[in-house]
Amino acid sequence: MKIVVPIKLVPDLVEELVIDESGLKLDSFELILCLNEFDDHAIEQAILLKEKDGSHVTIIALGMEEADEVLFTAAAKGADELLRITGDFEDDLNNHSYAQILKPVIAELKPDLILTGVQAHNDLDGQLGPLIAEYLGFPYVGYVGGVDSQIDEVTVHKEYPGGLVAEVSVKLPAVLGIQAAEMPPRYVAFSRIRQARNTATIKEQTVTSSEQDYGPSINRLYHPKSRKRAKMIDGEADVVAAQLLSILQERSSMQRGQS
Amino acid sequence: MNKDIFVAIEHLRDEVANISYMMLAAARMLANHTGGEVVALLFGYQQEHLAEDLEADSVWYTDHPALADFGPDTYLDLLEYQIQGAAPRALLFGHSSIGMDLASSLSARLELPLVSQCRDLVLKADSAKFVCQICGGKMMAEGYLPEPTALITMVPGDLSPELGRSTKAPQVYRQTVPEFGESRFTVRQYVEPDTADIDITKEDFLVAVGRGLQNRDDLELVEQLATTLGAAVCASRPIVDQGWLPTSRLIGKSGRIVKPKIYLALGISGAPEHVEGITGSDLIIAINTDPRAPIFEVAHLGADVDMLDLVDELNNQLELAPVG
Repeated sequence: MKIVVPIKLVPDLVEELVIDESGLKLDSFELILCLNEFDDHAIEQAILLKEKDGSHVTIIALGMEEADEVLFTAAAKGADELLRITGDFEDDLNNHSYAQILKPVIAELKPDLILTGVQAHNDLDGQLGPLIAEYLGFPYVGYVGGVDSQIDEVTVHKEYPGGLVAEVSVKLPAVLGIQAAEMPPRYVAFSRIRQARNTATIKEQTVTSSEQDYGPSINRLYHPKSRKRAKMIDGEADVVAAQLLSILQERSSMQRGQS
Repeated sequence: MNKDIFVAIEHLRDEVANISYMMLAAARMLANHTGGEVVALLFGYQQEHLAEDLEADSVWYTDHPALADFGPDTYLDLLEYQIQGAAPRALLFGHSSIGMDLASSLSARLELPLVSQCRDLVLKADSAKFVCQICGGKMMAEGYLPEPTALITMVPGDLSPELGRSTKAPQVYRQTVPEFGESRFTVRQYVEPDTADIDITKEDFLVAVGRGLQNRDDLELVEQLATTLGAAVCASRPIVDQGWLPTSRLIGKSGRIVKPKIYLALGISGAPEHVEGITGSDLIIAINTDPRAPIFEVAHLGADVDMLDLVDELNNQLELAPVG
């Protein structure tokens, strides 16, 4: 099978998020980007399929050179082909525009399966996977937590609330929104990423950005006002622990060694 | 412009999803603002009875064997047909396993604007705005409801599902079925969640771990603490995705909704998907090194210390002076 994984870099939430002067977007100078965590699962699922049936895996990233590290990491994990799309587009491109940019690039690769992360934390105009699927005329299933490949279809596990799973067969070519790979994303040693840096190549493809844009416009971006705030217990861990224990003790539900 | 507000009703195995009742409640707010009606779109097979308690002015019910299970092809064909014809002011979906599969595709297909992860609608005399909760709950994005028809996927927020339930059956209009193409999806079977494990929804005291737990080995310390306290261990998504705890211990949107007497959240940032599952808890205690973590907005008590330091301290102090 030929598998394509288009990935997205998103603001790293571990860092402080700073709003720029316009008040409409995050300050790009202060921004640290990282791989969308669900895309990490999409990459892992692609590599797992490759290990099972010898699939060929292409990873596509957009624009920024920050993507190189992510692409080489994917190569170290076993991805066969790396593609970086460059062009004259805004750094805060929305998913509709990204999907339209990807459409001809992916179509040319003639994939059987496209794996995307089911969502990203900064999705404001919908999710990348179903948009790509619709533009390419492929079927889409999201919230996928496991993929089995057959000749002309895949059987996927679609997750529903409460832990219920539907086993769904989908005709290929198809797009899947991965919630979780069958195995957690593998760890690769830094030395192997460095090695991939020397052996793997990133192909660059320049595309022109699309005009159409159905995204909502933002008038204001702001840090949430806390409606309610937890009462904070100050002090080091030992002080907090002692206070917590006395609070827990007050609560009648606390039963030591409850069976 | 049409003033009506449409809601795409989700149901699974003959039960309307909770999120759909919340969407009906949101739709009512919005319809009161636009002066329009609330229309629920219900697709199914011999399932007209699902319309009975929907708080809507009318329900458009489409009946066909191909609609027995949720399938994106049939649902999208129908939505395309009905939305194109009716051109409502807005169509609401749950930001859920079903709603998210549909909304983006429909947006691309009909070239209609989509607002994703909407948490609140801010309605004033002369304007209607959406507020989206993005970046794991750390950022809010606000804008005017796009025109002509706004597609919106909503996260639960503060709306109670009870507001979307009605004791009076709404008017049901049976819809004609367009000819469906061959579906590219087949539901083979449903797999029930693992019932061999404990049922965390029945536990009074839960100790939950999140991304702050960086090593699998440290889970033992948390389990030791939970045992001493008479609590059960559960987790947010990253821990389950790592395979460190089974899905039966997952709390949140795609896991369990819990209402324990005490919920101790260790190293959990409080992404909306997780918070959705715990808001009914009597007492939420949050431990996170990041004092700005959204979890502190739902927690009653909190401390910004390292979760492992705290677990160590709790274990030590409990050993020295057992409580109970």
